[in-house]
Amino acid sequence: MHSPEGVAGLCLIVLLAAMAFAAPLLYPGDPLAIVGRALTAPFTDPALPLGTDRLGRDVAAGLMHGARTSLLVGLATALVALAAGTLVGTVAGLAGGLMDEALMRVVDAFQIVPGFLLALAFVSVTGASLPVIILAIGLSAWTGPARLVRAEVLSIRERDYVAAARVIGMHPAEVALREVLPNALPPVLALTAVIVATAVLVEAALSFLGLGDPNVVTWGSMIAEGRNVLRTAPHLSMVPGLGLVATVLGVYLLGEGLADAMAGRKARG
Amino acid sequence: MHRALTMTRRRIVSSIPVLLIVIVGTFLLLEAAPGDAVDAYLLSLGGGDAGLVAELRQSYGLDQSIVKRLTLYVGALLQLDLGWSVAFDRPVLDLIVERLPNTLWLMGAATALAFSLGSLLGIVAGARPGSLTDRTLSIGSLALYAVPSFWLGLVLVLVFAVDLRWFPTAGIETIASGKTGLARVADIAWHLALPVSALGFIYLALFLRMMRAGMAEAWRQDFVLSARAKGLARRRIVLRYVARNALLPLVTMLGLQAAAMLGGSVVVESVFAIPGFGRLAHEAVSGRDAPLLTGIIIVSAVLVIAVNLLVDIAYALLDPRVGSGEVAP
Repeated sequence: MHSPEGVAGLCLIVLLAAMAFAAPLLYPGDPLAIVGRALTAPFTDPALPLGTDRLGRDVAAGLMHGARTSLLVGLATALVALAAGTLVGTVAGLAGGLMDEALMRVVDAFQIVPGFLLALAFVSVTGASLPVIILAIGLSAWTGPARLVRAEVLSIRERDYVAAARVIGMHPAEVALREVLPNALPPVLALTAVIVATAVLVEAALSFLGLGDPNVVTWGSMIAEGRNVLRTAPHLSMVPGLGLVATVLGVYLLGEGLADAMAGRKARG
Repeated sequence: MHRALTMTRRRIVSSIPVLLIVIVGTFLLLEAAPGDAVDAYLLSLGGGDAGLVAELRQSYGLDQSIVKRLTLYVGALLQLDLGWSVAFDRPVLDLIVERLPNTLWLMGAATALAFSLGSLLGIVAGARPGSLTDRTLSIGSLALYAVPSFWLGLVLVLVFAVDLRWFPTAGIETIASGKTGLARVADIAWHLALPVSALGFIYLALFLRMMRAGMAEAWRQDFVLSARAKGLARRRIVLRYVARNALLPLVTMLGLQAAAMLGGSVVVESVFAIPGFGRLAHEAVSGRDAPLLTGIIIVSAVLVIAVNLLVDIAYALLDPRVGSGEVAP
């Protein structure tokens, strides 16, 4: 990876991952616990470097643990979306016919409902907890990978080596797993960055509306909490927001850097 | 024109099964919720006896089987009856019709802002691909695209409403101002300036980057090379040859981001207390109003289908190549 943008993205993500991993070591207690006087200003108390919020909770601890939540939700959603999308796309592409038609109409249906509304409805039905939120965001994220995998599978299944595998009597499932999928996946992985970034933003928006997991610190809920004192202590909602921007920007930059590096290798090779 | 009509008809027919999946899926999802509208209503009353509960369930039809209720619901939908909102005690359709215009104005203005400013900056960036201006604009727009819309809204409120006091912090118009005609329009525009910016600036990046990529592509084409060989002025090449060819694909982006923007309006309307469609969705969730939420999701799906259809028609009219190969089998 050579582009300065990609390197910048890598640095941002490494920094955030370090924050996420260090959170339970530096702040082993509950980040939602009250530790000091309410609304302590930042840089006034060495024990509370970033001060406290309206309820006297440590902002620095919240920020670190928030990085953990955001990255976890982003990566887990991408995993869920890629797995589900790959499964549906492969089945649709290999089965063809009526099965393909039906699955693609379902994909259409998931795509025309605004993803945020879908997540909102799902969370309101099942109650907010981290796994539910990951699933809720995944509900609208799997359609992109599904379409792409299907398109790849459709083009790959006509190739000679797939026909050869069939001729030598390989089981259809083995053909799918050993011959088709490994070649269909690389373009799909390029979608990962967008899925992670969107998931981080959607999770933040859900928490901002008070629909996040109430037992976990998230940057979105910190922003919502700080909003009550926006005039007197604006840093309470500004700082976690900057964390979100850094995370999403880092993911995009890293994704672009990796895509460029892969395209470059392909062009050279 | 005939071509556009055929395409429209085919697209409408093909979207019917998709819409049906959305309706059944939404209905079943919200059916799975623990507790129903009667529970929520009783909570607001502070409780009630078993007789009242049974009576309420019966009056809302909640004592019937799920298949029966789904058939009834779809049947009612065909007559444009979206059911009864429990939280507002009004027909769902009335609520949506009342709230939708505010959101359409918000989205329309935000789209116009994103499209015009985005394509303009895209032309500036794409005029010299790889230059410092290009890189700065590309990174800057990516950073903007990384900003959560609700947070951008708060930043704008902090700067332009709290510190500078140029714009109001919330609302759609001055309450009980008695303004009419143009004065009222100006008042609404003044109130919508910040929310439109919060929503529009984020999607600006999409148009900028697509325009830039399209122009970078066009620079490599033979007709641009021949224009340069003829010795045409650079400005003329950029505007007449390069930008013009990159502009058309941006139209498809309008349809693609419609669903995302509709979702984004939920948070932006909540930040700015705009009584719109998105805020209604949030209120439906808070009020455990399943009929209202179902109606909102179905209407939003119809809206997204309609926007995409309009975009496709516009594209077919603008680009004579589209659809020429689409002879119905």
